Order: sequence, then C-alpha cells, then structure tokens
Amino acid sequence: MSRKILGRSVQTLLLSVGAAFILLPFVWMLSLSVKPRDEIFTTDVHFLPSRFEWSNFTFALTETDIPLFLWNGLVMVAGILVFQILFAVPCAYALAQRQFAGRSLVFGLVLGALLVPFHVTAIPIFLGFAQIGLLNTFWALIIPFIPTAFGIFLFRQFFAQLPSDLFDAARVDGMSETSIVWRIAFPLALPAATAFAIFSVTAHWNDLFWPLIATTDPGLATPPRGILYFRDQESGDNVGPLMAAAVITTAPLVIAFLLAQRKFIQGIASGGLKG
Amino acid sequence: MRLSPDQRSALTSLWLAGPATLAMVVFIFLPVAIVAVLSFTDYQFGASSFNWSGLDNYIKLFTSSIGQRAITNTLLYVAIVIPFSVGFGLFVAIGLHQMSTWAPRLSNVMKTVYFLPVAATLVAMSVAWQMVLHPSLGIVNQSLAALGAAPQNWLSDRGLVLYTLAMIGIWQSIGYNMVLFLAGLAAIPSDLYDAAEVDGAGSGWSRFWTVTWPMLGPTTLFVMVVTATNAFRVFETVATMTKGGPAFASDTLVYALYREGFVYFKAGYASAITMVFFVFLLVLTLLQFRVVEKKVHYR
Amino acid sequence: MSNILELRDVTRVFGDRTVLDRVSISIRQGSFTTLLGASGCGKSTSLRIMAGLDRPSGGDVLLDGKTVSGLTAYERNVAMVFQSYALYPHLTVAQNIALPLTMRHLSTLGRVPVLGSLVPGASEARRMILAKVGETAEALGLGELLDRKPGQLSGGQKQRVALGRALVRDPSLFLLDEPLSNLDARLRVRMRSEISALHRRTGKAFIYVTHDQTEAMAMADQIVVMIGGKVAQAGAPRELYERPANRDVAAFVGHNAINFLEQGDGIEIGNSVAGLRPEDLSPDTAGTLSARLESAEYLGSEIVLGLRSAKGTEIRAIAPGDYAVPAPGSELRLGFSPRKLHLFDATTGARLETAA
Ligand SMILES: Nc1ncnc2c1ncn2[C@@H]1O[C@H](COP(=O)(O)OP(=O)(O)OP(=O)(O)O)[C@@H](O)[C@H]1O
Ligand SMILES: [Mg+2]
Repeated sequence: MSRKILGRSVQTLLLSVGAAFILLPFVWMLSLSVKPRDEIFTTDVHFLPSRFEWSNFTFALTETDIPLFLWNGLVMVAGILVFQILFAVPCAYALAQRQFAGRSLVFGLVLGALLVPFHVTAIPIFLGFAQIGLLNTFWALIIPFIPTAFGIFLFRQFFAQLPSDLFDAARVDGMSETSIVWRIAFPLALPAATAFAIFSVTAHWNDLFWPLIATTDPGLATPPRGILYFRDQESGDNVGPLMAAAVITTAPLVIAFLLAQRKFIQGIASGGLKG
Repeated sequence: MRLSPDQRSALTSLWLAGPATLAMVVFIFLPVAIVAVLSFTDYQFGASSFNWSGLDNYIKLFTSSIGQRAITNTLLYVAIVIPFSVGFGLFVAIGLHQMSTWAPRLSNVMKTVYFLPVAATLVAMSVAWQMVLHPSLGIVNQSLAALGAAPQNWLSDRGLVLYTLAMIGIWQSIGYNMVLFLAGLAAIPSDLYDAAEVDGAGSGWSRFWTVTWPMLGPTTLFVMVVTATNAFRVFETVATMTKGGPAFASDTLVYALYREGFVYFKAGYASAITMVFFVFLLVLTLLQFRVVEKKVHYR
Repeated sequence: MSNILELRDVTRVFGDRTVLDRVSISIRQGSFTTLLGASGCGKSTSLRIMAGLDRPSGGDVLLDGKTVSGLTAYERNVAMVFQSYALYPHLTVAQNIALPLTMRHLSTLGRVPVLGSLVPGASEARRMILAKVGETAEALGLGELLDRKPGQLSGGQKQRVALGRALVRDPSLFLLDEPLSNLDARLRVRMRSEISALHRRTGKAFIYVTHDQTEAMAMADQIVVMIGGKVAQAGAPRELYERPANRDVAAFVGHNAINFLEQGDGIEIGNSVAGLRPEDLSPDTAGTLSARLESAEYLGSEIVLGLRSAKGTEIRAIAPGDYAVPAPGSELRLGFSPRKLHLFDATTGARLETAA
C-alpha cells in the first residue's frame, strides 16, 4: 500500500517538475509584463513584482501598433479560413460524391500537394507576387494559403462517409449541386470544419515565415511579425511593454484553447496527418 | 442551346472542383517546378536575366562551410529533438494516463499545461524565452548565480546555442506528442492489462513492457516521424532569437533559405537549399505514410 | 389506360459490367408496380434511371409518352423514397418535409431566413408551405414530431417523414426503393398497408422495389421480376404464380420454394424439368409420386414435409394440419393435379406450354 503511495508521489513530483519547466516562460513573461521597470532590471530572482505595474499593458495597447497587429492577424486568418473553405468544400464534395472524368487525377493532386510544405513554394510565389505588384497587401498574406490540400482531404474523408442517398434525395427535391454543397454537405461537416478551422487559425496566426517574406510594411504586420518590429525598435529597453505585447498576442489563442480544450486538441492533432 | 445531361454534369463538376484544383496547380505544383528549375540557375531577385549554372548551387551548399553548417545544424537539431520530445511525451502521457484514474482533475490540469506551448504563439514565446535566458536579467542565470554556478550565454555562445534552441523545440513539442500518445493509450483495450495481471505481469514495469510498450509501438513510430518533420522546419525560434548566429552556429535549412533568398535575394541558391530541404522532408513524409498505413493495419 | 412511364430497351454498363441488359418496363397510370429481384440484380439502378439520378448507357426513358433523357430528377417531378430514408440530419422534421416546396416556390433570396421575408410573394409562399407541411404531417400522424430532428425518431417515424417528403409536392410518380427493409417485421406489415392506402388516396403510379416476394404479391397489381439485369417476367401477381415464364421466376415467386423434379423422380416428363409447388403436392395414397419422409415441420394450420425421391431429389410437400405424420423413413405416396405442373426446358429453363 505504502509502495503505491510512494510511487504516486514520485510520479506526481516528476510530472510537476516537467509542468513547471513548461510553464517557466509563460510565468516569466507574465511576471515581467506586470513588473515595474526597476524590478525588471535587477539581478535578484523575483517571480512576483512588489507592485503590479499595469502601465506596461496600457503602453503596449495605446503607444504601440499592437492593436493594429492584432487586427491584421484577425483579418488575415479570417480571410484565409473563409477562402480555404470556399474552395475546399465544393472540391471535396465533388471528389467524394460525384463521378467525373479526372476525379482520380484531382485526388492524386491533393495527395501530392499534401507532401509539399509551404516553405518550398515561397520563392516562386514571392517572384510571382512581385511581378504583379501584390507584395505588401493583405492579398499577399491570404492567397497562397487558399489551396489547402489538407482541408480538401479532411472534408473529402468526411463526405465520403455520408450515404449517397442523402444527396440523391436532395437532387430529387430540386436542389442544385451548389446548394447541396452549402445547405446539406457543409452543415453536416461542421465537426470536421471546426477541427479544420482551429488547425488553420492556429497555424496562420502563429506563422512568421510568410509574413516576414511577403510584407515589409509595418502597417500590414501580423502579431508575430509585429512583435519583432516592436522588439527591434525598442532595442531592449522596454522589456515590460514588450512582454505585455507578447502576452497580448498569445492570449487570444491560449484563451480559446482553455475554453475549448477538447476541440482544440482534436483540431491541432488532426494536423498530424498532414505532412 | 440546351446542353446534354452529361455535359451539364461535367460542367457542374468543373465548377465545384475546378477552382481548388486550379489553385493547387498555380500555388503548389507550378512553384515546385519553378523552384526545381531555379535551383540550376544563378537567378537573383530583381535581375532581368539569369544563367544556367548546372549543379553549382548544390555544390556550393554541400561544400561551403556555411552550407554544410546549415545542413549539419538541422540534422543535429532534429537528432536532439526527436528522442527527448518523444521520450518525454511518452513519459508524460503514461504518467497522466495513470493519474487520471486516481486524480482525474489534476491529470486534466497537467494535460492543459503541457499542451499550452502548442497553442501559444511561438514568436511571442521565443521573445519570452529570450528574457528567461537573458544573460543578466534572465531567471535561469539569476538562479545559477544564486546557486553559485557560472552563468551561461545561452543564446550567444556558439557551442551552446543550438542545444538551447533544441531545448525550446522540445519544450514546444512535448504537449503535441503527449496528446498523440494519450490517444494511443486510450486505444489499448483494458482487458489486455487484466490478462497481464493474470499472467503475473501486473505491476509497474512489467505491465509497461508486456502490454503498454508493444501496443504503443506503431504510435511511437508515427510520433517520431511527425516530430522529425516538424523539427526539420524549425524557423520561428531561429528567426526570433538568433538569426542563425552567432557566426552561423544556429543556422538551419529553412532559415538559410530565408536569408539567402529574401535577405540576400539569391533566388537560385535559395532554390537549391529549398530542394534539399524538400527532399529531406519528402523522405520523411513518405516514411510517415508507410507508418500510418502500418498503424492502421496493426489495429 | 395510358402509360405514365416506359423504359425501352434500357441498358446500363458500369465499366465492363452490364448491370441492366435491354430492360423494358411499362407502368400504367395509377398502377402499383413492384420491381422484384435478388440483391444486385439491378433494381435500384433501374429506379435511379427512372428518377433521372442515373442515365442509361442505351435505350430510352419515356414519361407520359415523351422522352425525358435530358431532364434532371427534379424536372421529371418524381418523388423518391430511399431505403436508408435519406432524411437531412441537420433539419427538423418540418424542414425536411418542407424542403422540396421551398426549393420550388421560394427564390434563392427568399430562402434566406430574415431577409427572405422582404422578398415580394415570399411570405405568402411561406404560409402556403407551412400549411401543406402541416396537412401532410397530420395525414401521416407526424403532427407531434414536427420540431424533432431525424436522430430523435424511431425507424417507423423516419419512414413516415420520408414518405411525407415525397407526398408533399404532388409528384407525377412515386419511386420507392425498399422503403420497409429497415423496419422490424410487425411494423413492416403495418407500413405496407399504409403505403397501399396512400397509393389509393393519391391515385398516382407507385413503383416499389423489393426483394421480398411476399411484399410484392401483397401490394402490387404488376410485378416485374428482374434476374441478373434482365426482366424475366412482368405481369399480375396471379399470372406470375400460375404461369411463371421460366424456372427462375418459378423459384422466386411463391411463399414455399418450388420443387423441381426430373425424369425418374416418379413422373414421365421426358427431357424437361417439372416445377411443382409444395402447396400443390400432398400425401395421397392414390398418388403417383413416391418419396421417403425425412422431416416434418408442424406449423399449426399445415405441416411441411421434407422428403427425398428414389433418385435423391429433395421434395417438399404440404399436408393439412391434422395429418398423422408417419415415422421418418417411411415411403409416402404423394398426389397432385396435373394442371399444377409447370414444365420447363431443361437447358434454357423457359416455360414449355403443355398441350393440355
Ligand atoms: N456506380 C456503380 N458503379 C459500379 N457498379 C455499380 C454501381 N452501382 C451499382 N453497381 C452494380 O450494379 C449491380 C446492381 O446494383 P443495384 O444497386 O441496382 O442492385 P439492387 O438490385 O438494387 O440490389 P439490392 O437489393 O442489394 O439493393 C450491382 O452488382 C452493383 O454492384
Ligand atoms: Mg438496391
């Protein structure tokens, strides 16, 4: 009996040490974001500040472009998600529930595209966008992510499970294929769509690679890009506001995650199938 | 003119599947072809012409010390991250899985904690790590000093920086691997444990070696490959914290491709780096597909 | 009476498999036709071709005497009920039933929830739809269930909703694909009579697919027996039972599996095969057939006897419920009326008309 208790204690202790390691940067970030300046620039170890200094947050929210970055991030992830769904869902439906010449070719393309990480396509897309003057626009941030092989694949698998009778019934009832897609297939695929949305939003909100390449205008910076602008401007003096900014950019997704953990974990883990 | 039903049906399919297919061709397949071609040229962004340069770019990548650096750094980074991230992920998953039987709430809270880095914005967290590891103001060095140990330049010491980055890579991916392992554990039928108990393999280690580990085998393979593919793409932490420095000590393939391509505008050379990166990943991804297939057959 | 629907030499080929081979079927206005056949014989394919959900590789489909090969399912104005019900899981019962009407009577804009009410005529159309849905639901006993989702309904209720969705729009023709096969036996019998009643009430032609010959016999005024993608025989139930066109039809139609006897089984039929239904064969001391008793199943009103002829052919016969069954192994004499004997060609299986 006591061996069991000992075992559990050791286990809990080890897991707690690990959790503390995981939490370390979060805690330090929060701690610095509410510390007054003089307490940041000290060499003693303090997790808690002597007094909470909210001015760091006020500064980050009013004196810097952080709100603009958040807005840009929101516009970008929303734009990407809407267009991804607009393109992927009809294609997935056609692949799953319609016969047409070239269907296996299209599905082959989807599987092939799954193998291509975005980084590989960056140079030619950059070249093309430079050519047509699309760099430094919102479209430059959105367009390259519209073809989502992963999304098509995910929705196709879902639609393929639905009985084809359902769609035949809709045809007999007088629905066009387009309205079948949006009025029958898509509403039924809402669980898959949620998982996909979480996956897509997290991936693009957090992405630095493409925003770094496609935009040089700070007015178009997404949160990760914006934080770097902010940090590089302040040249290391303004740690408190910088940490506040980091907290603010991380907060939306972390709060969303805390509110909908199961869905979140499901959504992000579903990306494991993707290359 | 009225179209025949077959024609109408074909047009409908085109309308549904065409846009996405076209987008895939334009934004995925065409770029891959272009990148492959560019990698054999000396093209520079903005230049009006280019020359064929054969394998020069590849030769440069594999023979120059900077190019070799990027490759070996990436491989070393992946080699460190895989065992630790997968090992800790497995350890945490088993711990939390067991804990969920006697302390479900604590187990759930811990699961949330471990997953937190996966959801958090990596660039923001890198900025936070920078402060944690700050030479003078960081908690790590402050603690070392308090313990009387020598402080370290975690991010600017050439011998240390890659390991620091790998540590952060591990920090970031444990939660993801834990989730995959938890799913694997949940799929193990509990009567297998009962059978092990009857066979006298009921406690701790023997339970693990007779039931858990063999049943998790395919999951583990899968997790390893996923971890590897993600580690190969390491970019955000490098770009935020070290920019490949000091002296290319933390340069990686994706960062090199970014720097050569988009800072120095050497499109041809950057394309060659891209192709090498792509081939590495292709091999891994094909491996992953085989593993996924295996995993399915195992069930 | 004229034909509402006609298939003329319809062929359907999937890849290199001919699933329908020159199928011709005529459906009279207001009739109840069943397509009867074993699984995989092409019943659903025929129905889908009639509905316009699938197109024939060859041949012609005529609705009301006009070729409809260019028309979609919707334009043909047929209603279809599916084996799996095919209710929209995310819509309520009311919305499920209303859907064909909203597609017909409301423009795209009018279908938008709030905005739609601003479209001229949309609110009258909505009222009309609501009224029709209410009427249909009442008629099918679904009044209480209008706000439920299909997931909350029993099999029988789902089936009723599927029927409601077909009824509500006043189609020219009803197509039903094994609508009762997912229900338990009791419910099946009840729904059977409800569907028959519906048929009488609407006066429209029903085409009903089933692989259950009892269902076909009980409901239809025309049965089309399909075997291996071909129409083996079409006719009234009685005609099929009394004059099966070939061996296979004889084997398919009838509650008790028919006996096939050959020369040497105690009858003189030369080089052909005789079909004799168990219900037409019973113990009779003056009978001409003789066989050894192997088993007896007592069913109350009758007893099914399993016997074997000297040649080894299995024979089933039916004795009245009060028959005293002899011990197994006894030789029994069996009698039948020659009028009930069906003769088939031994090689082609086609019916041979006896001179008598
Ligand atoms: N889309 C298709 N592609 C290829 N073969 C098909 C297709 N649809 C049907 N078939 C084949 O055609 C044959 C007839 O199918 P059908 O669905 O018409 O049979 P059925 O008589 O309705 O059978 P059941 O009683 O099982 O429903 C089957 O062998 C089936 O495999
Ligand atoms: Mg069928």
